[in-house]
Amino acid sequence: MDRIVEHLWIIPALPLLAAGIIALLKRPHRKAAAALAIGSLGLAFLVSCVAFAATLHPAAGAGTVRLTHNFAWFDLGESTLRLGWLLDPLTAGMLVMVTFVGSLIFVFSVGYMAHDPNFTRFFGFLSLFAAAMLGLLVANNLLFLFMCWEVVGLASYLLIGFWFQKPEAAAAAKKAFVTTRIGDLGFFLGMVWLYHGTGTLLFYDKGAGCLEQGAIASLVAQTTLGGMAVSTAISLLLFCGAAGKSGQVPLHVWLPDAMEGPTPVSALIHAATMVAAGVFLVARVFPLLGASAAGLPADGHVPHTAALAVVTWIGAITAVFGALVAVAQSDIKRILAYSTVSQLGYMMMGLGVGGPAVGMFHLLAHAFFKALLFLGAGSVIHGCHGEQDIRRMGGLRKAMPATFATYAVGMMALAGFPLVFSGFWSKDEILHAALAWSPSRLPFALGLFGAFLTAFYMIRQMWFVFFAPSAHPAARHGHDTRPDAAAPHDSPPVMTVSLAILAGATVAMSLLATPVWPWFHAYLGGHLDHLHVGWDADGAVLATMALSTVAVALGTGVSWRLYSRSATGTDAVERLVPRLFGALRGRLYVDGFYAATVFRLNRAAATAFDWIDRFVWGSLAGSTAWIATGFSWLGRLLDDAGINPGFDAGCAGTRGTGRLVSLFQNGQTQRYLRLVGGGIVAIVVAVAWTGKK
Amino acid sequence: MNPIFAILAGVTVGAAVAAMALRNLVHSVLCLTVSLVGLALLYLRLGAEFAGFVQILVYVGAVAILIMFAVLLTRGGEAPPGRIANAPWSGLAVAAAVFAMIAWAIARSPALRGMAKDPAQPPLSVKAIGDKLTGDLVLPLQVVALLLTAALVGGVVIAMSEKETE
Amino acid sequence: MTPYLIVSALLFSIGFAGVLTRRNAILVLVGVELMLNAANLNFVAFWRHGPNPAALDGVMFVVFAIAVAAAEAAVGLALVIAIHRHCRSGNVDEASGMKG
Repeated sequence: MDRIVEHLWIIPALPLLAAGIIALLKRPHRKAAAALAIGSLGLAFLVSCVAFAATLHPAAGAGTVRLTHNFAWFDLGESTLRLGWLLDPLTAGMLVMVTFVGSLIFVFSVGYMAHDPNFTRFFGFLSLFAAAMLGLLVANNLLFLFMCWEVVGLASYLLIGFWFQKPEAAAAAKKAFVTTRIGDLGFFLGMVWLYHGTGTLLFYDKGAGCLEQGAIASLVAQTTLGGMAVSTAISLLLFCGAAGKSGQVPLHVWLPDAMEGPTPVSALIHAATMVAAGVFLVARVFPLLGASAAGLPADGHVPHTAALAVVTWIGAITAVFGALVAVAQSDIKRILAYSTVSQLGYMMMGLGVGGPAVGMFHLLAHAFFKALLFLGAGSVIHGCHGEQDIRRMGGLRKAMPATFATYAVGMMALAGFPLVFSGFWSKDEILHAALAWSPSRLPFALGLFGAFLTAFYMIRQMWFVFFAPSAHPAARHGHDTRPDAAAPHDSPPVMTVSLAILAGATVAMSLLATPVWPWFHAYLGGHLDHLHVGWDADGAVLATMALSTVAVALGTGVSWRLYSRSATGTDAVERLVPRLFGALRGRLYVDGFYAATVFRLNRAAATAFDWIDRFVWGSLAGSTAWIATGFSWLGRLLDDAGINPGFDAGCAGTRGTGRLVSLFQNGQTQRYLRLVGGGIVAIVVAVAWTGKK
Repeated sequence: MNPIFAILAGVTVGAAVAAMALRNLVHSVLCLTVSLVGLALLYLRLGAEFAGFVQILVYVGAVAILIMFAVLLTRGGEAPPGRIANAPWSGLAVAAAVFAMIAWAIARSPALRGMAKDPAQPPLSVKAIGDKLTGDLVLPLQVVALLLTAALVGGVVIAMSEKETE
Repeated sequence: MTPYLIVSALLFSIGFAGVLTRRNAILVLVGVELMLNAANLNFVAFWRHGPNPAALDGVMFVVFAIAVAAAEAAVGLALVIAIHRHCRSGNVDEASGMKG
């Protein structure tokens, strides 16, 4: 057991090594690069499975497995900085998910990026991305987690801007980087404060770690501004970082723009790696968030602390916001992007109301079906020769049967269709926990509304892409003279196989967390030892399930009815409520709001400082300069009259000598050698002559 | 002065002059070879048999052939018009001055005058040389081995480098 | 031993004259070889007539000098060939990158 955690570093090291080797490869070594990237991540998947197996059987009475391996990194004056690896159900589950989904996305990329000239570089970046994410998962130290976190940010920047020739892609990469940086500032401050407060950044260190009883109790006991407990303040700062990375309102703006990257990158960012990092961070530091005067959060019982309330509210608002905006988008990837924003809101809400088990289960379930949806969207785009506007697709059900079938599975999982789709169970758990949340019922209502909207926009998308009459593509082909603009075709096997595996995994996930056999919940929650098998659901669970089923059915029905009967060309919702639709399409003007406030403020400040520079300091400096210039003129007059003529003569002499000497320097070694020979003779003669006397 | 020595010295110096003066590069290198053989014979006369054979093996057998290859590779073998290369006088003058200086130093050296005219043949066995090389001088020997390897690799790299960039 | 030293001095000066005057890079190298050999002749002569011939110092020096000279010739000729490829010429005065 200890062996495994000691060697846990192998998992991130494998893709990192691959990234290093690929960086040294030349462009034409496409196969080698792809094989290295896929092979290393596949190997990491196997190691992750071993690690996962090690967490399955906790020691009797322990409830959960938590293995740590700490070691000293370097000495900093008196104190020693220690890093460590941590293996617990949270880490293990994420490791398996990231390596599994990541490997499938890598395989899919082989097909999707087949024609890109920078294929090798792409796989190098992908490997780096995966390595950073895996490093973040195994870290038992907030500092190491932060370092990997930043590398994730860097890799996302490189990948979103992979097609940097496109100005939009370069801008989107910059936006993602800067926006997440705002959140990271909070993360960093929180980390420094935590170190100041506890003197360690190790999560678990045999009772001395910063997430364990002693440290948290001391943090809870101290208060800061406005009577807020220090633990709450640190939690909120850390949550800033998580919100930036996981695209929570108001820092969600970068996530839809990240669609400018290649589709496999979108899948990786939205499913396995980047956005999951924020949710993972919150789940990791959950003891801190849930710490109250009463102590650490106990198993299965989620306390109501201020920090968790903030997480819940932000999550609920994000869930509805993302779903609302997704209703009015027309870019296939952008709809999925906003659905990710919405689902991330659900995850945060789940963490806030139900603890890590609830939130993380939705994260893991979501990773599978969102990767499936994004890869499906990539397949659609690939098949339609780069078309991304759903209004110009249609009828692809017949043209791309494999993609259609797998996409439908992903869609139903995301929308939460009952019983056999993982999304149903994971969303249900969140809603159930929200129902029981005593401070307010509003998050539950928002969640239910979000479920309705999710079904609505996914049916809308499905209808436009796969069911709508395919008159539009035909019309488009009519005046499209490109020879390769043939009818849409299904994708090559290397892409559809990944889709099929992900669809299978999506369905399989649903078996792990039903109320009948809540194994996964017990696994993540840490009470595997008294796992209860059987139907013990109370009325609230049944009511939640019924309500969410009704919401989904309502969303599906309304959407299907609206769209299947509408004339093609315009959007049904747009005709009904054009102003609302316009607002939604404009993403509720959040980007515009930032442009109007933050950017303009920044620009105004810049202009003001420019003015101050120019006129206040500038005139001061200018007048000083004038005085200096006056003195110089005086000096120059004196120079001209008195000093210069003599100096000029001296210079002329020097220049003449220089010209004479430079005659010898004609660059020919032989002449130099000749002079050396003559010089030696002269010196010997001189020495001999003087020596004789 | 011994007549055999006079003939050997004359051939050596004459071939050296020819090597430096002829226009045709191939002839030049052939004359150099003659001069090197003459030197080897001079070593033998001085009793340094080992040095003499090494001289023939390395210089005549390897270096001269190497130079010949270089001549052929750079197409220097095509005979230019005229037999004797015209030399700038300044170079010759400097060389002559250097010779005059050395000769003057030799002639005036007090150390040389005290030396025996023809000392007894010192014992020089290959075994002694081998003992010396693998004993006291084993480190320099290894260094030379390293140098030769480096020269081999360096020669290949330098001669090939241009081809790669093309 | 004075005649040997004179022959050595002559060889050295001839080689030096060749280095100074010939334009072809290969002949410059040949000149350098002659100068090296002149030095070797000196070593052998001084070994033979020196105070302690049993120490073998002169001969050893010559053996090492020949090895080094072989290395020098190999690298030098490789350089000549590289320059020839680069400038399409074997003349040293055309490689005048050191011109001031």
